[in-house]
Amino acid sequence: MTALLSLAGVTAYYGAIQALKGVDVEVNEGEIVTLIGANGAGKSTLMMTICGSPRARDGRITYDGQDITQLPTHLIMRRDIAQSPEGRRIFPRMSVYENLLMGAHGRPAAEASETMEQVFGLFPRLRERRLQRGGTLSGGEQQMLAIGRALMSRPRLLLLDEPSLGLAPLVVRQIFGAIRELNRTTGLTVLLVEQNAFQALRLAHRGYVLVNGAITMAGTGADLLARPEIRAAYLEGGH
Amino acid sequence: MSGTALRSPAARALRDAFLSALVALGIFGVMVGLRTDPGARSLVLSWHPVPVAVAVAIVFFGRLALSGWRIARPAGTAAPRRLAEGMTHAGRYVAPVFLILALTLPLYAGRYYLDLGILVLTYVMLGWGLNIVVGLAGLLDLGYVAFYAVGAYTFAIAATTFGLGFWTCLPLAGLFAAIFGVLLGFPVLRLRGDYLAIVTLAFGEIVRVVILNWVSLTGGPNGISGIPRPTLFGLTFLADGGPGSFADYFGIEPNITQRVIFLFYVILAMALLTNWVSLRLRRLPLGRAWEALREDEVACRSLGINVTVTKLTAFSIGATFGGFAGAFFATRQAFISPESFTFIESAIVLAIVVLGGLGSQLGVALAALVMIGGSEMLRGIIILGVDLVEYRMLLFGIALVVVMVLRPRGLVSGRTPSVSLGRPREISAELVAEGRG
Repeated sequence: MTALLSLAGVTAYYGAIQALKGVDVEVNEGEIVTLIGANGAGKSTLMMTICGSPRARDGRITYDGQDITQLPTHLIMRRDIAQSPEGRRIFPRMSVYENLLMGAHGRPAAEASETMEQVFGLFPRLRERRLQRGGTLSGGEQQMLAIGRALMSRPRLLLLDEPSLGLAPLVVRQIFGAIRELNRTTGLTVLLVEQNAFQALRLAHRGYVLVNGAITMAGTGADLLARPEIRAAYLEGGH
Repeated sequence: MSGTALRSPAARALRDAFLSALVALGIFGVMVGLRTDPGARSLVLSWHPVPVAVAVAIVFFGRLALSGWRIARPAGTAAPRRLAEGMTHAGRYVAPVFLILALTLPLYAGRYYLDLGILVLTYVMLGWGLNIVVGLAGLLDLGYVAFYAVGAYTFAIAATTFGLGFWTCLPLAGLFAAIFGVLLGFPVLRLRGDYLAIVTLAFGEIVRVVILNWVSLTGGPNGISGIPRPTLFGLTFLADGGPGSFADYFGIEPNITQRVIFLFYVILAMALLTNWVSLRLRRLPLGRAWEALREDEVACRSLGINVTVTKLTAFSIGATFGGFAGAFFATRQAFISPESFTFIESAIVLAIVVLGGLGSQLGVALAALVMIGGSEMLRGIIILGVDLVEYRMLLFGIALVVVMVLRPRGLVSGRTPSVSLGRPREISAELVAEGRG
C-alpha cells in the first residue's frame, strides 16, 4: 500500500540554520499519525514544509502519488489537504460563521452550508456562537473553530499543529475525542503535531519522535507509549 | 520616578498643563505669532502676541480640564459607550438622509455650495477607493495620490492629443490606474506595515517626479490645459450656449450653473458607484479574502487563498477608483499640473479613511464632509485678525488627535459582518482592534 503522504529525506532551512535534517515520514490513508517532540525539535517546521513554506531544500514530498515538493503553498492547500495552524490563527474580527466560510474559499456555496452543518454537528458550541466574533471565543472554542475552518474544505488529510496548546485538560480531551470520532466515521487521515505526548500517542495509530530535526523513533502509538525512553523524556514530570 | 508618584494629582495636573503650555508656546509662537506682511520693498516680519497668548491659554486650560476629567473618571473605564453605540446605530438613518440631501442639493444650494459639494464628493470617492486597500485589505498605502494623478493625466493626454471625450477616457483612466496599482503591488507583496507604507510613499513621489520631468508628454510643471468638459449624451455645457449645447437643446437660457450641477451629479454617481462596488465586493469571496488577509496572512495561506492575487486585486481595484476620480478632477478643473498631486493629498485621503473608521463607508463620507467641507467653512471666519482657513492644517491635526483620543477606532468604527443569519448584528467598536477596521 502506498502512503497518502510521504516525506523522503526532507531537509528545510531557516536561512543558514538547518531545521530538518533528512526526515522520512509516511502517513497512510485513514490513519492518525502523530509527531511528538520537545520545543524547537522542528515539529511545526515539518508541518509548514509539507505546506510549502519554507520549501524543502532536499528530498521529496509526495501526496496521493504526486510530487508536491515545489508547489506554491496555496496550490498545495487546494489539493484536499487542510491545516489547522499553530496558535489557531482564526480571524479575530470576523464572525464564527465568516471564519468557517473562509475555510470553504473557492468552493460552491451549497456545499459550504452542508459542510458547515457537519462541523456544527461535531462542535455544537460553534453553532451557539456562530454570530459571535472569533476573537471573543475562549481558547478551546477558538481551537474548535480552527479545526472546523480546516474541515470546511472537505479534506482527505488534516494537518493539526498543536491543538492542545494552552487548553485545559478537559477541553483537550474533548477536542481529541472529536478528532478520533472524525477519523472513525469519515476515515479522515490526520497528521497531528503535539507536545502533549501522552494524549497524542493514545489517540494516534502510529507516532514519530522528532529530536533536533531528525526522526529518532517510530512505532505504533501503544508501542511508543510503552517505551521507557519515551516515558522518561516526554511523559514523566510532564503529564 | 518616585518623586512624581508622591505628588498629589492636582499638582501633577498643574505640572502637566504647564509643560503642555510650554510646548504650545514653542509651536504657536512661531506658527501663529510671527507673520510676514508685504512691506515697501520686501517682506516685513511682524509679531502678534495676542493670538499666541490665546492659543497657549487654550492648551493650558484644556490640558488641565483633561487631567481633571481623568481624575474624576478612573483609568480603565470604557469611553462614553452609549455615544459610541448611538453613532454606530444611527448609521442606518444617517446614510439615507445624507443621500437625499446630496441628491436634492442643486435645488436649494448656490454655486459656491455646489462647488464645495463637488470637492467633498471627490474626496469621498477617493476615501472609499482607498478604503478598499487600507480598510478592507489592511495594506497601508501612503501613495494613493499616484493613481489619482495617473487617472487625471491619462484623461488629459488622451483628450488633448487624440481628441477623445470624457466618457471614452473614463474607463481608460481607470484601466491605466489599475495597471499602476499592479505595478506598485508586485514589489511590495512581501512587505507589511511600516515597510509597505514607506515604499508606497516613495511610489507616490516617483509618479509625481516623473510627471514633473517628462515635459514632452505631460508638459512638466506647466501642466496640461484645455482639457474638455464632460458632455451629457453629446450635449455640451458651454457658457455661451450655442448649437449642440444643453441649453440650446432644451431651449433654456445658457447658464454656467448648469454645468456645475451636471458635474455635481457626475461625481455623485461616481462616488455612489464606488460605494456600491465596495459593498458588493465585501460580500463576495474576494472581499472576504481581503478582510481575512488583513486579519491573518498566514492563516489565509493555510486555507489555500492565493495571497499574491488577493493583494494585487486590492491594489488594482482601489487604484481604479483613484483613476476615475483623477479623470473627473481633470475634467472639472480643465487644467492639471503636478502641484495637485503632492503627498499632502495622499495624507488627507488617508486621514479621512482613518478618521472615518477603517472599513466604514459612512464614516469615510462623514470624515470627508467634516475635513474638506468643514475646513472650507472656516474661510472668512476671522478671529483676532487671522483668517481661520490659514490654520486649517493645524485644525486638521487637532481634530485627528481629538478623534484618536476619544474614539481610537474612528468615528464610525463598528463592523457589520458581511454574512449573517437574520438581521446583521453590529460588532461593537469596543471589540474592534485599535487603528484597524
